[in-house]
Amino acid sequence: MSELSQITIAAREANNVDLLIAAIPYAKLLGVKSLSEDELVFHLPPAQSNVGNPTLPAIHGGALGGFMELSASLYLIMKMDVLKMPKVIDFSIDYLRAAKLIDTYVACDIVRFGSKIVNVGIDAWQADKNMPVAKARIQFLVE
Amino acid sequence: MTSNIDDFRKLCEVMIHSKRDDHFESIGIDFEKIEQGHVTLSVDYKESLVGNPETGSVHGGVITTLLDSACGFAAGSVLDTLGLTPTIDLRIDYMGASAPHQTLYAEAEVYRNTRNIIFTRGWVYQTNKDKPIAYAVGTFAKMGAKAFKGYREIVLAAHAKLGVKHE
Repeated sequence: MSELSQITIAAREANNVDLLIAAIPYAKLLGVKSLSEDELVFHLPPAQSNVGNPTLPAIHGGALGGFMELSASLYLIMKMDVLKMPKVIDFSIDYLRAAKLIDTYVACDIVRFGSKIVNVGIDAWQADKNMPVAKARIQFLVE
Repeated sequence: MTSNIDDFRKLCEVMIHSKRDDHFESIGIDFEKIEQGHVTLSVDYKESLVGNPETGSVHGGVITTLLDSACGFAAGSVLDTLGLTPTIDLRIDYMGASAPHQTLYAEAEVYRNTRNIIFTRGWVYQTNKDKPIAYAVGTFAKMGAKAFKGYREIVLAAHAKLGVKHE
């Protein structure tokens, strides 16, 4: 069994997604964390290394998209019982407001869990959960 | 028509070379080619970008940043006056995972420039240009010229400070 599979099993058993986050270099690059009060809400603390527009300043659309994509993968891995990393078929993101350089949160929702394809909806917000900065969705291929 | 593509290239150089510890630097984005309505960017492989530690392939978020940037710069290159174009939406189709240890290239083009909206498409490839690993469509907003009043002067001053030589 691969090292990642072992980490995945451990993360599921302990209900601790941070074990998985620690194993993914890109998650560390962004600085993704999970919220302690709710394991499956993800948190991106403000970091200069995620800025795309210095004049506002605002988080790079790619960093926000990457954070949402990563959150959806982690969410799915925690909810599924297979060990292979789910493959992204396609990803679509609507940017609703400029994402300021403040705490950003992401919550996911499995819209449909098919035999091969899983559709996950993703919401990102900052100060007010009712004012999302972006909404996205992913279609995953699970084998 | 953009009044001056050279000004736009200077804006791009300011964004890439000013070493602000921003996301362009964190990912390691470089410009390959900037033409009116057509931009190519690249990212060299490094361990910190890995999304799947089992295969060593970079995370999709890196592809998202590359495509958002390439499509966004292509959109910015067709503005009448120097400015930025916020992303309205972006859709990415993944043909497959990227191969580890190989440079990623993102090419983007504007396929329609309207009064308020700029429509772009982009694609990412590695060694084989004819077989992209991802395709994207991105839609960008034109901000009012007022938002960028005096912007050209600021960009040119910042560029002069960088001391980047032009051919």
